Amino acid sequence: MEKKIIGKAYVLGDNIDTDQIIPAEHLVYSTSDPEELKKYGHFALSSVPIEKAGLPEGGKPFIQGDDYHSEYSIVIGGSNFGCGSSREHAPLALQVAGVKVVIAESYARIFYRNSVDGGFVIPYECQSKVNDKIRTGDVIEVDVDKNEITNHENGSVYKLNPLGDVFQIVEAGGLFEYARTTGMI
Amino acid sequence: MGMTITEKILAKAARRENVKAGDNLWIDVDVLMTHDVCGPPTIAIWKKEFGEKAKIWDKEKLVIFPDHYIFTKNPHANRNVDILRQFANDYDIKNYYDVGTERYKGVCHIALAEEGYDVPGTVLFGTDSHTCTSGAFGMFATGVGNTDAAFILGTGKIWEKIPESMKFTFNGKMPNYLTAKDLILQILGDIGTDGATYRAMEFDGESIFSLSMFERMTLTNMAIEAGGMNGIIAVDEATKKYLSEIGITDYKIFESDSDAKYHSTYKYDVSKIEPLVAKPHSPDNRDTVRNVQGTKLTKCYIGSCTGGKITDFRYAAGLLFGKQVKVTTFIVPASTAIAKQLEEETISGVSLKDIFEKSGCIIAESSCAACLGGPSDTIGRSVDGDVVISTTNRNFPGRMGSKKSQVYLASPLTVAASAITGKITDPREFL
Ligand code: SF4
Repeated sequence: MEKKIIGKAYVLGDNIDTDQIIPAEHLVYSTSDPEELKKYGHFALSSVPIEKAGLPEGGKPFIQGDDYHSEYSIVIGGSNFGCGSSREHAPLALQVAGVKVVIAESYARIFYRNSVDGGFVIPYECQSKVNDKIRTGDVIEVDVDKNEITNHENGSVYKLNPLGDVFQIVEAGGLFEYARTTGMI
Repeated sequence: MGMTITEKILAKAARRENVKAGDNLWIDVDVLMTHDVCGPPTIAIWKKEFGEKAKIWDKEKLVIFPDHYIFTKNPHANRNVDILRQFANDYDIKNYYDVGTERYKGVCHIALAEEGYDVPGTVLFGTDSHTCTSGAFGMFATGVGNTDAAFILGTGKIWEKIPESMKFTFNGKMPNYLTAKDLILQILGDIGTDGATYRAMEFDGESIFSLSMFERMTLTNMAIEAGGMNGIIAVDEATKKYLSEIGITDYKIFESDSDAKYHSTYKYDVSKIEPLVAKPHSPDNRDTVRNVQGTKLTKCYIGSCTGGKITDFRYAAGLLFGKQVKVTTFIVPASTAIAKQLEEETISGVSLKDIFEKSGCIIAESSCAACLGGPSDTIGRSVDGDVVISTTNRNFPGRMGSKKSQVYLASPLTVAASAITGKITDPREFL
């Protein structure tokens, strides 16, 4: 597991639901065919209303043109990130698009579990609201050991909640890897 | 210290005497349910992770319902059903309910109840967030993603954090203008879409126990709309009666202890609640029907696991009897059994199906249909700037199809009243 993750931030508001992360009509693509898998990246965050896409200004699509990979690898949200359906395609779509870490004030349970158990993205909870302090495009560094993030634009540091019980699963890279290291399967 | 009904069921599943909220435990799963959207990726993960020796932990306990993207020409969607069919064939899965056969059932959460998979005291996981619906039967039921489901498929086990419980008590006699949908919209407006995140929502009180099983399922169904891990209603005579009619008599009944610890408790007097809507674009954006009365509509939709049950159609048919709808109105029975009931049940000698047809409604085949938008040829899907009032459970941007559309969520009574006038209408005008 990488101990320092550096990338550009993509900032969103509260209640980003799974229909905004990956609209239901795209759930038909195969997740095991590498070519079709790219479509999940291409459509990641495609249903976020454009005026709320890439805060604070908005109007910044997460994916450009026909691409399936985003220039942003750290997604910053508000409260209740990932609410809605159980679709694991949501954290998967973010991963395919190149996202490594999501930082939000709180998560919906299924999105949180899916992110951890599938080893797609690391869902960190921040101790204070940060989506009104970080701007889309800011370069952010996540320090996994110190549980904090630094905004390289201005040096501001924000604390994250430790991953707690799920740290071992995140470190192993997902539920199956964890179960294998512990001899469960 | 006493335990809640949720804690007791999970303690049994974790093979412990006691559990407390916050414990992370491995629990045994009684039933795993999946469908055509999440089944194929679940199977793919299971095959990849367990490899050559991949084995289903217990075939009797796996239930598969194609229901989401069924009546479409979309080749990818049809391929998903082919994958399920092949899998059921290869592994001899008896509890597979194939589309295009007599076994086809429709929306999974309703079919689970009808086919006797909802058994008090048991633990059910499903690859669908509305799996919490089954909690109406005094059991623990919740949604998981594909990796968790693949893990269960191979081991019969999963880790889970024991949730804190919130208790919602409704007292008083249900007025004729209210349905379970109004009660859950009331709660959602009070606590918000993350008001119950990682918690159990326990429903209690005389008004709740006066409801039919299907109406109770409307409440537990929408627990996830508040972020709830599960919704739950204790077993009573109505539960027992429903179950005995489908031949289920052997189960364990759990109840919350009087000294059980709750995160919070809410009390309501149903006589004070009015018909409600959730305005665009969130299920917690509550308002009274009265306040949005007159909003012009382009579509009405009565369907889904939330609002496509026989009880919902009884409410709607009662209002639509002898009247004409002013806007396109879709009737989507959640299950094939409910579709059949529409033909059999009558009001003053006219079948519910005839009532809907004569009033100008479009009756669709049982499936999830436009509840989640779906492929472009999905019946009832919202297009462009549609303004829809619907008995479904979610009105996020784009959920029913078009990102530009506006969706109001309401009870079947409110939707039927609005269909008659073509604008949002309080059902009390017709009662
Ligand atoms: S009817 Fe709607 S909410 Fe229910 S299972 Fe189908 S898509 Fe999900």
